[in-house]
Amino acid sequence: MKLFRFRGGVHPESHKQATGSKAIEAMPLQKRLYVPLQQHIGAPAEPQVRIGDQVLKGQLLANSQGAISAPVHAPSSGTVIDITEHTAPHPSGLGVRTVVIETDGEDRWQDCQKTINPFELDADEISARVGAAGIVGLGGATFPSAVKLNLWKKHPIYTLVINGGECEPYLTCDDRLMQERPDEIIDGIRIMLHALHAKQALIAIEDNKPDAIERMKVAAHLFDNVTVVVVPSRYPMGSEKQMVQTLTGLEIPAGKLSADLGVIVHNVGTAYAVHSALRQGRPLVSRIVTVGGGAINTPRNLEVPLGTLVSAVFDYCGGFGESPARLLMGGPMMGQLLPHAEVPIVKGSSGVIALTEAEVAINRPRPCIRCGSCINACPCGLLPLEMAARSRKGDLQGAVDYGLMDCIACGSCSYVCPSHIPLVQYFSYAKGELAARRRHKQKADETRKLAEVRMQRMEQEERAKAEAAARRKAEREAKSKQEAVV
Amino acid sequence: MIIAITSLSLLGLVLGLMLGLAGRYLKVEQDPIIDEIAAMMPGSQCGQCGFPGCVPAAEALASGSAPVTLCPPGGRVLAEELAAKLGVTVDLSAMADDLPAMAAVSEATCIGCTRCFKVCPTDAIMGAPKQIHTVFKEACTGCKACVEVCPTECLQMHPIPVTLGTWAWPKPALAA
Amino acid sequence: MNRQVSNPISGPHTHSEQDTGKVMWTVLLALLPATAFGIYQFGWPALFLWLITTLACVVFEAMSLWLARKPILPFISDGSAILTGWLLAMTLPPWAPWWIGVLGAAIAIILGKQVFGGLGQNIFNPAMLARVALLISFPVEMTLWVNPLPLISSHAPGFIDSLLITLHGFKIDVYSGASVMGHVKTELSNGKTLSDALSQSYDATALALGFVNGSLGETSAVLILLGGAYLIYKKIISWHIPLSMIVTTASLAILMHGLHPERYPGGLFHVLSGGLLLGAFFIATDLVTSPNTRTGQLIFGAGCGLLVYAIRTWGGYPEGVAFAVMLMNAVTPLIDHYVRPRIYGHTATGKTLSYSNKKLARVKQAGEK
Repeated sequence: MKLFRFRGGVHPESHKQATGSKAIEAMPLQKRLYVPLQQHIGAPAEPQVRIGDQVLKGQLLANSQGAISAPVHAPSSGTVIDITEHTAPHPSGLGVRTVVIETDGEDRWQDCQKTINPFELDADEISARVGAAGIVGLGGATFPSAVKLNLWKKHPIYTLVINGGECEPYLTCDDRLMQERPDEIIDGIRIMLHALHAKQALIAIEDNKPDAIERMKVAAHLFDNVTVVVVPSRYPMGSEKQMVQTLTGLEIPAGKLSADLGVIVHNVGTAYAVHSALRQGRPLVSRIVTVGGGAINTPRNLEVPLGTLVSAVFDYCGGFGESPARLLMGGPMMGQLLPHAEVPIVKGSSGVIALTEAEVAINRPRPCIRCGSCINACPCGLLPLEMAARSRKGDLQGAVDYGLMDCIACGSCSYVCPSHIPLVQYFSYAKGELAARRRHKQKADETRKLAEVRMQRMEQEERAKAEAAARRKAEREAKSKQEAVV
Repeated sequence: MIIAITSLSLLGLVLGLMLGLAGRYLKVEQDPIIDEIAAMMPGSQCGQCGFPGCVPAAEALASGSAPVTLCPPGGRVLAEELAAKLGVTVDLSAMADDLPAMAAVSEATCIGCTRCFKVCPTDAIMGAPKQIHTVFKEACTGCKACVEVCPTECLQMHPIPVTLGTWAWPKPALAA
Repeated sequence: MNRQVSNPISGPHTHSEQDTGKVMWTVLLALLPATAFGIYQFGWPALFLWLITTLACVVFEAMSLWLARKPILPFISDGSAILTGWLLAMTLPPWAPWWIGVLGAAIAIILGKQVFGGLGQNIFNPAMLARVALLISFPVEMTLWVNPLPLISSHAPGFIDSLLITLHGFKIDVYSGASVMGHVKTELSNGKTLSDALSQSYDATALALGFVNGSLGETSAVLILLGGAYLIYKKIISWHIPLSMIVTTASLAILMHGLHPERYPGGLFHVLSGGLLLGAFFIATDLVTSPNTRTGQLIFGAGCGLLVYAIRTWGGYPEGVAFAVMLMNAVTPLIDHYVRPRIYGHTATGKTLSYSNKKLARVKQAGEK
């Protein structure tokens, strides 16, 4: 099949050999699980349990709120011992509302609603069950999957793209999943095809995963409408925009969705989760996590119950051989720095990576020499050097004019910059500052409205008072006149 | 002679009428920029700038007699916007980046005096005489008007906590 | 435990091996063969001039950094000042007196680079700025060409003599002669035909190998090509500027030669003589002062090539690479402003992309095996 090239991109050292050949193992259950109520993009879930409640594995802990949100379920059976702020797996080190479960060690499932034939269900029912299972984009974006499954109502969907790109260095969780559970993934894909009323599924896998390609091809060959497509290994192949461009030669128009082109992209892990949710009725309570990085003694792929602390995962992998320079959640290109290891594994944790000093290659920033490496690396056709210069000066509008809002934060520019300029952070800063200004403006507008209402009310009260006074005066005068007459 | 008197009177009358109409309909009420600036201000009339309200403050800004950094609730963002509007340069570093704050009632010391909600420019405080008052977080603008009138100091400003939703990346430290 | 991190570190948490210092040192490495040949060919005075110019650049850089209260060592070690000095030395007459080198270094580093704010901020190529300033101010010293006197040859001045040449300048006419380009220009303006002018001085093989007189480092076309190829292989520069510059000059030369064979020299002569190759590979490609985008670089290179030909043919100076590059440096911000890559999802004019139904059909074709 004909493939298309996306502009730019980089070839970081893959570092996948350490875990690519290691089978998925189950992470042993920990005494305590810390389940954050926000593991997805959108509104945090609202707790449905109270401290002291006994919960079973898969039981609803917190319900989704609003259109874009996802529920959270108990990853194992036990007792809710606290609902508190616990450090989120996020570079800020801030807390997030978290349900703490003391596990009873029995790992007892609640009664699950099994479906013999999900193809008899209608699309709404499937997306409702996917939503209720708390499934979000497991590639790391954590966008609620049910929302995407409903898009066929607005846009006719022709192609479901299953993203097995896994272009981030170190990560092999999708690779292993495809090697070990291909039939389950294909089943999940077919359920999603049915729900989306889509004609075909393309499973795109980077050519550096020959085993996964082989296994998936074998599993897919039974179905005419499911095709495995081998795509070249180039970062950021796994980004939705670049993936769609590679497969179709079309770009997602600015500000639009891939659904506008008739394409929906889901991760392979998501397809697997859909299979579990529909066939076994099991909500998303665990995920495959690559534990890697040069500082880890025995890198592995683990199936980890959500809420397990990263520190426990590291310990299970033999701890550190060398003291790590940075702890990351996700890959080294787009992954987030962890403030410390006492944060839980969440739905979006594709990997936890402990990098050594040498792997990080820390270097102090130097002046830009306008070499244009960033421009050639940018897959979106932006001018990172100009955007960064404007963000630094505080000229945020200037940065927007240069395409700040089209930046996908893939980090290719920072990766190649010979001057080690933290380009991505300039863009994150500018985007955050713009969002803060929007919020401020909104608040100011609300304030103005409230103040106006108050002024009107005060005026009304004044007027009412004056009228009342006038009336009283008139009454008094009328009275005195009467008296005079009498 | 009568014709002359009549025509001159008519002329005077018509011109006078036109002048009167022009005065009424083409009146320049005030410098339009004052309205524009007033529209940019928070509009809560909190008085922290030292002017009796947002419109007088806008007048002062337009005449150049007040600095663009005068409005604490507006903060840096407003100061930058005002500077751009008025075409002046402004040293924002002097303007402390005050963390946004919000008033909260300490229930232990509130005596229910109702003074605070009488001065609140956005009706963000609810209460009745001899009842403990509360602040609506959504409506509080952090103007501190209530703090000044509270006889028991039970109203205090508390910084709005940063959450994952409002946290943003800081600007990178300057390169060498 | 939920303590806000005061200075969080943003990704990516890995980095390519590329580094500003590495870029500069690679360019220096690429310059080495042509430089070594120049020093061999023009003897000790060339070595002294090269050393003095490079060292002076480093000293002026350190002084400027100290005045600007910037860290000295990290900036010196990036090699950018050495590169400026080295490039400047390569474009100087090899037996030029020491003060030409020092003055050139001062102009290049202080006026050409540091007053703009240092590395990455300058508009003009510092080495070319210095060369142009020197050429205008000291036309005699800057056009005194020495005939090749290889180090091992018997006529070559000894170490002490060479030191004197560098310190006091040389006036010994016996060693000197006009450069090929200068000679041709003079002869042509005297009304002679091209074949007459060329018969005495032109030998394409000698030009290609570099056994001719000229600036310190620009004589050997082969070695400069070698260095340029290395830089392209190392992805320090792209082929766009050198190719479009050389092709433009050469095709203009071929065109004009075809029209008036006795008036205008041919393409090969223009490419091999003077500083065109050195300029195309090492000077016009200066990262700071050339456009950032590939298309911009093609325009920039073509502009340089056009100006080189125009100045050589119709200008007052026999050589025009330095002027051409500087003029195009001035246009670079304009090119960068107008020539931008198309942003993903937008049309070339910045509007939101929209596809025809025919194009959208590609989504359906995508699954076909």
